[in-house]
Amino acid sequence: MKIAVCIKRVPVMDRRFTIAPGGTTIDEVGLAYDVNDFDLWAVEAALRLKEQVGTGEVVVLSLGPDVVQEQIRKALSMGADRGIHLQAASVGADDLPVARALADALRDGGYDGIFLGRLAVDRANGVTGPVIAELLGLPCVTAVSKLEIANGRGRAQRELEGAQEIVEFPLPAVITVDQGLNTERLPTLKGIMGAKKKPLEVRPVTLDAPRVTVRRLALPPERIGGRIIGEGVGAVPELVRLLHDEAKVL
Amino acid sequence: MTTDFFAIDGSLAEEERAVRDSVRRFVEAHVLPIIGTCYVDGRFPRELVGPLAELGVLGANLPETYGCAGLNNVAYGLIMQELERGDSGIRSFASVQGALVMYPIFAFGSEEQKRHYLPKMAAGEIIGCFGLTEPDFGSDPGGMLTTARQDGSRGWVLNGAKMWITNGSMAQVAVVWAKTGDAEHSIRGFLVPTDTPGFTAKDQKGKLSLRASDTSELVFQDVRLPADAILPLSGGLKSPLLCLTQARYGIAWGAMGAAMACFDEAVAYSKTRVMFGRPIGGFQIQQARLADMLTEIVKGQLLALHLGRLKDAGTATPQQVSLAKRNNVSVATDIAREARRLLGGNGILAEYGAMRHMENLESVYTYEGTHDIHTLVLGQAITGLDAFR
Ligand SMILES: Cc1cc2nc3c(=O)[nH]c(=O)nc-3n(C[C@H](O)[C@H](O)[C@H](O)COP(=O)(O)OP(=O)(O)OC[C@H]3O[C@@H](n4cnc5c(N)ncnc54)[C@H](O)[C@@H]3O)c2cc1C
Repeated sequence: MKIAVCIKRVPVMDRRFTIAPGGTTIDEVGLAYDVNDFDLWAVEAALRLKEQVGTGEVVVLSLGPDVVQEQIRKALSMGADRGIHLQAASVGADDLPVARALADALRDGGYDGIFLGRLAVDRANGVTGPVIAELLGLPCVTAVSKLEIANGRGRAQRELEGAQEIVEFPLPAVITVDQGLNTERLPTLKGIMGAKKKPLEVRPVTLDAPRVTVRRLALPPERIGGRIIGEGVGAVPELVRLLHDEAKVL
Repeated sequence: MTTDFFAIDGSLAEEERAVRDSVRRFVEAHVLPIIGTCYVDGRFPRELVGPLAELGVLGANLPETYGCAGLNNVAYGLIMQELERGDSGIRSFASVQGALVMYPIFAFGSEEQKRHYLPKMAAGEIIGCFGLTEPDFGSDPGGMLTTARQDGSRGWVLNGAKMWITNGSMAQVAVVWAKTGDAEHSIRGFLVPTDTPGFTAKDQKGKLSLRASDTSELVFQDVRLPADAILPLSGGLKSPLLCLTQARYGIAWGAMGAAMACFDEAVAYSKTRVMFGRPIGGFQIQQARLADMLTEIVKGQLLALHLGRLKDAGTATPQQVSLAKRNNVSVATDIAREARRLLGGNGILAEYGAMRHMENLESVYTYEGTHDIHTLVLGQAITGLDAFR
């Protein structure tokens, strides 16, 4: 069982974001970075599959500047076998060139599965996985919350609005992982030390010119304070009316 | 608001940050949800020993050849910081296991002792305790009464009592310091399996501090040990003191962890608790409190980090460790108390961390050399005059 996992370096979300001068990027001062959560669950899924089968290889790929090697090493410290750094000066807003570069790196890898997160929490486009599948001509199953793989076939559960869908597919396939599939393991201290000794191959890539660019970035408007409409049972009719007419949630 | 006000993160290597983050996540997931209850119940959460070992925190700065993680001293310090962010009792467990039992076996033990004990202790299969303090000899351990006398067959017979021994009741092995003659230089370390006849351990009841920690009294009554129970390279009071220097180094970091937990809690509370129509954090008195706390945390962090770098370079002195332990624990006790006060009535509840940390830190202030004793160590370093003798 040979599985590739594509991971992205993203800012940790519990910080307060500000927009950098120029208005098209966020200010990176004071931010911390980590592997995208959904990608961590994809790494975990790959590791569990390898452990369940007993043999195989988990290969982690990340595209971006040299700093993404930190995120690759995190996946290695969790137990992935080797890493591939697709070296590019920056990652723009157009996902197609990124997916192309990843697909090129994956094409001849002989992978039984290609795992990604459902989306990256920084830009939330969620298209990289499906585009890779398209470029490689592979079946694609998105937003997987349960996964079983046996005898060259996969069976996955997808969460839909108010329903669940069970799908089956042949391998190789591209799978994007949703919340709920698993909880990722913590890197152990030995794992962290061991990761430094695992192979990490650097391959420079040239991305196609982006056709999508960010023109303007804006923060959400300041939240306005709450409103007290009354107290006790007497206030309920007015509350219901506002929820219905103003907030339009009823 | 983060406690990393001086961007100290940038001075840490990637794996140092990775180690810290793993331990922090572990503490958030496994320690914080249960520690308040453990504290009130007076119970050390033994169920965490296995997971802590699996994570790799036990003896983490000892070499991989003995089943340990082989980390540098800064990474080790960060582990202590994160464990004590949870609770001083959890950090005490790890300090004793790693710095006071595994370290002396590593430093003074035979190859056979190292191979037997270290991997099992790193794996949490054997828990250890360290017996130096006695009922009548605390700050002055050189006066100890516990003796080890050689019998006819060259084995040892141990007699005496130790007090305040962390991990004492749950340990499978005790490192016991005893006099083999009459003088201070006859002090040697012994590895004592706790199921040896004549060995008894009794939980010390009635603690109002470190309640989530096992603190016990040990009694040895004609405990017969084989000849190879001695730590062959130990010799004189300087041997246990060398272990304490290791543990104190970790405490200088650990105290900052407790202080950060208190600060974070106080900041969050100051923003949400509304009195006189606005968050209490908007009043100058609470802002001054928080500013003082943060200032001491930043100073303490820088002190610990620099000491760690010196230790990794092999140049740290015991006096520098004394200064860091003395300062960081002392400011942490103040920070915890101020956080408790900022929290008002809620500050006395176990649901919040401040008072638990405040009470815990009183033990930390006293053990591993009291604050006063470290003052005298520094006084001697400054003046060349020894206040002890
Ligand atoms: C929770 C807890 C866990 C512990 N765990 C361990 C353990 O695992 N193993 C172990 O061996 N020990 C352990 N100890 C013991 C600890 O190291 C001692 O309590 C400490 O060394 C102080 O000794 P003492 O309590 O006898 O105080 P004393 O030495 O009696 O000191 C009493 C007071 O006198 C002061 N004093 C003493 N000498 C001087 C002096 N020359 N000049 C000025 N002032 C002085 C002290 O600073 C203190 O304020 C633990 C203690 C506690 C509270």
